[in-house]
This record gives sequence, C-alpha cells and structure tokens, in this order.
Amino acid sequence: MGKLFSKRNKEVFSTPLGMNNPVTVQVLGICSALAVTAKLEPAIVMGLSVTVITAFSNVVISLIRKTIPNRIRIIVQLVVVAALVTIVSEILKAFAYDVSVQLSVYVGLIITNCILMGRLEAFAMANGPWESFLDGIGNGLGYAKILVIVAFFRELLGSGTLLGFNILNYAPLQELGYMNNGLMLMPPMALVIVACIIWYQRSRHKELQEQ
Amino acid sequence: MNTNSNSYTIIYASVIVVIVAFLLAFVSSTLRDKQQKNVELDAKKQILSALNVRNVENVDAEYDKYVKRDMLMDADGNLSENTGAFATAYEKEVKENNRYHVFIAEVDGDTKYIFPVYGTGLWGGIWGYVALDDDKNTVFGTYFSHAGETPGLGAEIATANFQDEFVGRKVLKDGEVALTVVKHGKVADADYEVDGISGGTITSDGVKAMLKNCLDDYKVFLTKETVED
Repeated sequence: MGKLFSKRNKEVFSTPLGMNNPVTVQVLGICSALAVTAKLEPAIVMGLSVTVITAFSNVVISLIRKTIPNRIRIIVQLVVVAALVTIVSEILKAFAYDVSVQLSVYVGLIITNCILMGRLEAFAMANGPWESFLDGIGNGLGYAKILVIVAFFRELLGSGTLLGFNILNYAPLQELGYMNNGLMLMPPMALVIVACIIWYQRSRHKELQEQ
Repeated sequence: MNTNSNSYTIIYASVIVVIVAFLLAFVSSTLRDKQQKNVELDAKKQILSALNVRNVENVDAEYDKYVKRDMLMDADGNLSENTGAFATAYEKEVKENNRYHVFIAEVDGDTKYIFPVYGTGLWGGIWGYVALDDDKNTVFGTYFSHAGETPGLGAEIATANFQDEFVGRKVLKDGEVALTVVKHGKVADADYEVDGISGGTITSDGVKAMLKNCLDDYKVFLTKETVED
C-alpha cells in the first residue's frame, strides 16, 4: 500500500486542486464553467460527473496506451471518452432518472470538456493506470471546486438562494434596499468571478505570475 | 510490433470501433425497458404535478388514485378511450392519427381535465401539462419542464412559483385561447395574463406560444357543452 500512496502519487492527486488547477492555472474547461454555474446544484452534479469520467477514461487510455497508433491517438481518446459518457448517461437514465434529467444537455458538454482531452494527452498516455486514476480524480475535483465556488456566488447574489433554499429573499432585507443582482445570472459574470479567483490565487502565489 | 504502420492503424481503428459499437448496443438494449419505464413514471409524475400533487413517493399508486381515464380526442372534439399503451408521444399521435390526448382526473370529487402541451423555448424543447376545472375554462394547475433552458432564467418555468401563477386564470375568451404569458411586470388583465420571467423572455414567449398552439387544438372540446362517452 505504501507504494500506492507514494509522495509522487499524492502530488499527482493534490496539485490539480491548488497550484496546478485545470481551470485557474491551465485555464481549461472554461466553457462549461460558464454554462452550468448559475445554480449550485447543476454545478455540483457536473463537477462530480466530470470527475468520474476523467478518472475512468484516464484509466482506460492508460491501459491501452502502448497499443495506440500514434497517428490516430486523439481519435482513439475521443472514442473512449464518447463511449464512456454515453454508457454513463444510459445507466443514469435507467437507474437514476432524476439525475439524468438534471444533467440533460450537460452530459454532451462533458465530451467536449478540454480538461478530459488535456489529461488523456498529457498524463494518461505516459503513465500507469493507478497514477492516471489519481490524476483524473484530482483534476476532476479541481474543476469541481472552482465550479462550486463560482456557482455559490452566482446563485447567492443572483437569485438569493443556495441549492434552491431561500437565503436572502426576505422582506426586511429588501426594505433596506437590497436587490438580487440579475447580472450575476448572465454568463459573463462567471468569467468575472473566475478571473477574481485567478487574481486571488496569483497574488498569493508569486511563482504563478508570468514575467 | 510497429504500431505506426498503416495496416496496424487501420486494423486498430476497426477493432476499436467494433468493440465500442457492440458495447453501446449491448448497454442500450439491456437498459431500454427500464428506461422506458422511467420515462412513463416521469410522465405520470408530471401529470400529478399539474394536479398540484407534488413530491410523491409511489407514483403508480398516486396516479391511479387521481387520474381516472386516459382519453383520445378526435378533430370533432369527441372523446374515446385510449386503448393503446400509456403514450407520451403526444406530438406523434397528433401528426399520424390526428388525435389528441386528454387525461381525466378526479380530485376531491371534482372532475379535472389535463391537456399535454409542447413547444420550443430558447435552447430546446419545452413541454408540460395544463389541468382545468370541470368548467373547462379555469386553470386548476400546470406543469412545465424544459430540455435545457438557462438555469436561473428560462429554467424558472420548471419551478412551482411560476407554475402556481397560472392557477385560477381563465383559458377561453369569446371562444378563443386567451391564456398567455406577458413580459415580466406587464400584467394588464389578471384573468388571462401571467407574469413572465425576468431575463427569460424568450422562454416565456415559448410558453405563451405553446399554450396558444396546443390549447387551440382542444378548442372544440373546451367549448362543447357535454362530454359524450
């Protein structure tokens, strides 16, 4: 077991959560960060789905990495991802119908998520299945973390709710002049919030700043 | 082995495609029955929701308790029992057989009529059910859902807040469908107009068009005095 959780493996898992976050440092997966973060719930579901799919497609590609012909490797990766996403979505439809309704179009968005292809190409093609699995989970959670932070602010300030529960929509507060900011629900605000997170992270970690 | 030769690449691609195709076909065929059942249960849940029966545990039992008859209406407004399976392909039934689904329910001894409606929003399909009192005019409850409207904006049509606004409104005015959704904050005639969603104008317009188009088909039935069996 010691080898399974060696120092390197721990780093593989933990750097995507912070110093090498796929969204704030590598700036991947921004498109879906805009699309699903107006409410907290779809953001959480999307984050978890991406985590699962990244982890398993990483494992599959890592297992067959030595047999993949170099010239069609991207296509092979895409086939694996698309097949996995389709299977997961079929299983959800059969056993967790409510969740699949929730996910609706986002299932398709998972296939196009740049983080997936990025990890397959950059990590799974050159590392063993276990490391690839950890890398997939780490990157998925790193992505989910940013999504949840963005969705938290957008739902709280835009709708005055969290996970659908009323937080700020009370008459005394509104009499003081507080209003929900409808702009928060528009996609551009997701970019602004992501930018604020990137700003915060880079100001705390000088090594991330470009010259 | 040379994994870069042409023949290896072609064989590899073919094998992968065949494996994936079999896998997907297998998954799809083994799960189809279960998925179909889920779609049916979901439709029943939506119909119950239009009757303001929400958060049900045992959908089949509750459905049987409230919804008494699954009917089809022909172009002249005559109803006949739906002898086929519980169908959710309402649009297909209209196009192929020119028949329209009507569900008849009983809530606390009163008859309610439920009409399926469908249309398009901003990003994709929207659909729902409208339940009317036995005067075939007053809205008893509604249910709307969508394939992928913007969360927080258009997607608000799927919330009870929006759906409850329809309760008590009237459908027909001088024999025409007058129930409609107007721009947020612009309600002039509270009998027929429902406040739209701020920031979700295109989806609100979609709901408006959907109500107009679909309920229009039932006009003959709605204006008819008696219900024949």
